[in-house]
Amino acid sequence: MAEPLLSVERVSRRFGGLLAVNDVSLSAMEGRITALIGPNGAGKTTLFAIISGFLKPSAGAVRYRGEDVTGEPPHRLARRGIARTFQVVQPFAGLSVRENIMVGAHLHHRARDAALHAAEQVGRELGLADMLDRPASTLTVAGRKRLELAKALATEPKLLLLDEVLAGLNPSEIHDVAPVIRGLSARGITIMMIEHVMQAVMSLVEHVFVLAEGSIIADGTPAQVAADPAVVEAYLGHGAVAKLGAAHGD
Amino acid sequence: MKAFAPIAVVIALLAVVPLIVHSNVTLNFLVVALMIALAGQGWNVLGGYGGQYSFGHAAFFGTGTYVTAILQVRYGVNAWVAFGLGIAAGAALGALIGGLTFRSGLRGSYFALVTLAFAEVLRILASVAPITGAGVGTLIKLDLHAQALQFQSRAAFYWVILALVALALVITRLIERSRFGAWLTAVRENEDAARALGVDATTVKLAAMVVSGAITAAAGCFYVQYFLFVDSGIAYGTWISIEALLTPIIGGAGTVFGPLLGALVVKSLGEAAQMVAGDAPGLDLVVYGAVLILVIGFTPRGLIGGLDELRKRLRRAEPRPVAQEASHG
Repeated sequence: MAEPLLSVERVSRRFGGLLAVNDVSLSAMEGRITALIGPNGAGKTTLFAIISGFLKPSAGAVRYRGEDVTGEPPHRLARRGIARTFQVVQPFAGLSVRENIMVGAHLHHRARDAALHAAEQVGRELGLADMLDRPASTLTVAGRKRLELAKALATEPKLLLLDEVLAGLNPSEIHDVAPVIRGLSARGITIMMIEHVMQAVMSLVEHVFVLAEGSIIADGTPAQVAADPAVVEAYLGHGAVAKLGAAHGD
Repeated sequence: MKAFAPIAVVIALLAVVPLIVHSNVTLNFLVVALMIALAGQGWNVLGGYGGQYSFGHAAFFGTGTYVTAILQVRYGVNAWVAFGLGIAAGAALGALIGGLTFRSGLRGSYFALVTLAFAEVLRILASVAPITGAGVGTLIKLDLHAQALQFQSRAAFYWVILALVALALVITRLIERSRFGAWLTAVRENEDAARALGVDATTVKLAAMVVSGAITAAAGCFYVQYFLFVDSGIAYGTWISIEALLTPIIGGAGTVFGPLLGALVVKSLGEAAQMVAGDAPGLDLVVYGAVLILVIGFTPRGLIGGLDELRKRLRRAEPRPVAQEASHG
């Protein structure tokens, strides 16, 4: 078994009296696409914030490439190769699309021309070539999602944390973006995604962790997880499996 | 080089003014306007590009004036050296205030209030400390020689302040085109998103504050060489904090020429109002307020932003008649 690129070890995070993340352990294998799913409020985004350095865990450790990186600030993790997108997209609204992507590209390209070149390349790759000169604030939802991805990608990450990049897109747009994600994985970027669009999870992902009320309740292949009674109950409520069974029995 | 051509043209045009205009009143007006522009250029680096709105740039201006004056008067330091040390002191103060505020995570209006508090504390200290001359102020001895950085003619002073403004413009343009500048504007637009992309927001803001402090301090150093007198109300007074932020906001915050344009426009209007209405105290402030409201109401990106918009509109409007002709033909 290969060493995981990222492993979260018994991480908890408490907000006052609320235990948002409770003793969670999970890992992302190098080169794979891993998904983190769960009902709203399960603590997925909190967990992402901990992995990417925006929050410190109350307990537990985050290891990246075998090193303990718990509590390191986001910019240092980005330099190590961890990039994230935000669930609520965060464009630099006053800047052009090109300038937006350049901010990420500057991480590994100090010179303006090199960063510009890298940014345009990433923009083309994500289908933003025609929009590079437009202000980021004029993009559509789909455009903003692409830009969010482009910015993160421009930092040349090894581990990409995607927080609901498909949410808010229509089926045809999802159809367009899903291959992009698969392409990134094919390039060797390890991906961990929070996603509600199950159809995409099923088709893209090799391993799924299910988070509910702050704890991991199941993990495995998408098919295994979807068949897990605990997962069904987490989404549909306690006793749902029995009721469904009874309904089928009728 | 293309990026620096507009700066060269503007400075060259301004540089010939004293050869044409010999009126001391006009030159004095321009010297003061350029000095305010310089103070505003300092504010612009931090506020315009970095989005950190300081209400207390008097802290830097005043430190520049006092360091330059005290080193000469009390320690016999050469004026040019004192001038340089005054700028350095502004940079150091920027590092100190920036270190304290940014490290403790103060943003937005909290940052603005803390900078204001720093300037006020310095003003009160300067009004009682013996080394600043307390309430009496500090007077630099008249010594009209180039080695004492004092000149017989206004034109010479004019060129000195113009050279400083030119230098600040070049520095601003260099920042704009550098990685540091890209990161600084990213922090202005969205600090968390910038951090996620590898930007060390605290260090970037701190660096901007150091540069900003140095440039605004240079305006203070010049002030005291020009007027040869400083007291706490001049050095650390709110007047300069207001002018340092008003000129870039009116001219166009986050643009290279914003502070210069803003200073020339604001000062001209203030002067004009005084000419019409006589020497009413506070009249210039009324004018500033009115101009600020107009600018924010009609062109939030300042006069430069407004001109930009106008140019775009003209360019869009131009091809239309051509297209109509083509359709007729």
